[in-house]
Amino acid sequence: MKCRKCGAGAVIELPRHNAAFCSPDFQEFFRKQVAEAIRKHKMFTPEESVLVAVSGGKDSLALWDVLIETGYQTAGLYLDLGIFDYSVESKAKCEAFAASRGQKLIVESVLERVGAGIPEVQKATRRPTCSACGLSKRYLMNRAAVDHGYPVSATGHNLDDEAAVLFGNVLHWQMDPLSRQSPALASTHPKLARRVKPLYRLSERETAAYAFLRGIDYIVEECPFAKGATSITHKQILDRLEEASPGAKHNFLFGFLEKARGVFEHAEPTVLNECAVCGQVTTGEICAFCKLGDQVKRRRA
Amino acid sequence: MKIKLRNPSREVELPGRKRVKEVLKELDILPGTVLVIRGSDLLTADEVVGEGDELEVRPVMSGGSDRQ
Repeated sequence: MKCRKCGAGAVIELPRHNAAFCSPDFQEFFRKQVAEAIRKHKMFTPEESVLVAVSGGKDSLALWDVLIETGYQTAGLYLDLGIFDYSVESKAKCEAFAASRGQKLIVESVLERVGAGIPEVQKATRRPTCSACGLSKRYLMNRAAVDHGYPVSATGHNLDDEAAVLFGNVLHWQMDPLSRQSPALASTHPKLARRVKPLYRLSERETAAYAFLRGIDYIVEECPFAKGATSITHKQILDRLEEASPGAKHNFLFGFLEKARGVFEHAEPTVLNECAVCGQVTTGEICAFCKLGDQVKRRRA
Repeated sequence: MKIKLRNPSREVELPGRKRVKEVLKELDILPGTVLVIRGSDLLTADEVVGEGDELEVRPVMSGGSDRQ
């Protein structure tokens, strides 16, 4: 198989683009897709500092790498979720990456903020693990961005992640999440950082290939709580579709963003308050993260 | 050829010379869900592999998420 651009031996084929690339041309393709995402959704400017949430996995470290390579001002944010050896190993990967590139890494600990790691939080709340974890991550990511003066936080969500979330939201007609699903969410409150997903145009196979070709040492093992997660089932269904019809995920997600998303947007903006306990933004009186912490405390009492 | 698989970690051996896509078919793995690695190289589906090759079939799926 030959590179579409230069004719050298290809290292990756991209059936949905009917193309194959050699390593340098694939890396250029990858950077162009990220640049297009940033441009199209006005994610951030070269003058703005970006806080990149990193997990030690391929997506977030690939994102951090490409932003550094492109010349953006960045810092990493690692959220220590207290998930046994998985967290120990993933933190070490992030620290090694940051040190090798001379970048600042901010570390926030769920254990310190809530008084327990995600495994105990899950038991206290009886929420699905990924739900308690996602809530904690969104809260801590925004809080860290605001506290440290970053106007924008970026995550490594890729095309597969976004297509799987969309699939789940459509399956259950989740109107609010459908209205919010976007590669870029503007700040609507002084205590809310802009949230962006610069990898949404790239599949997870492409982010994995980029990370590998760039020599990024990322954690390959799955989070121990991911097994059996609904999002994984949705991804597997979409993988089957993609195999039968290359481009299916791309068309599903991009069709939604370009043609359908507007239908779900609210005419009235959501009213935001500041949490009576922590002062962070919430739609209620007390934010979901503080309620989570309270549940953990009560379980221990 | 020796093939290292992940999640869970295990190793299998397959005989003969064949294309990467045929290896994946035998292992019942969709090509779009993995990287196939030999040493420091990524292999495309039409690459021929065989005796003496040590491959890693690395899944690309990120695990678990909530509604975001």
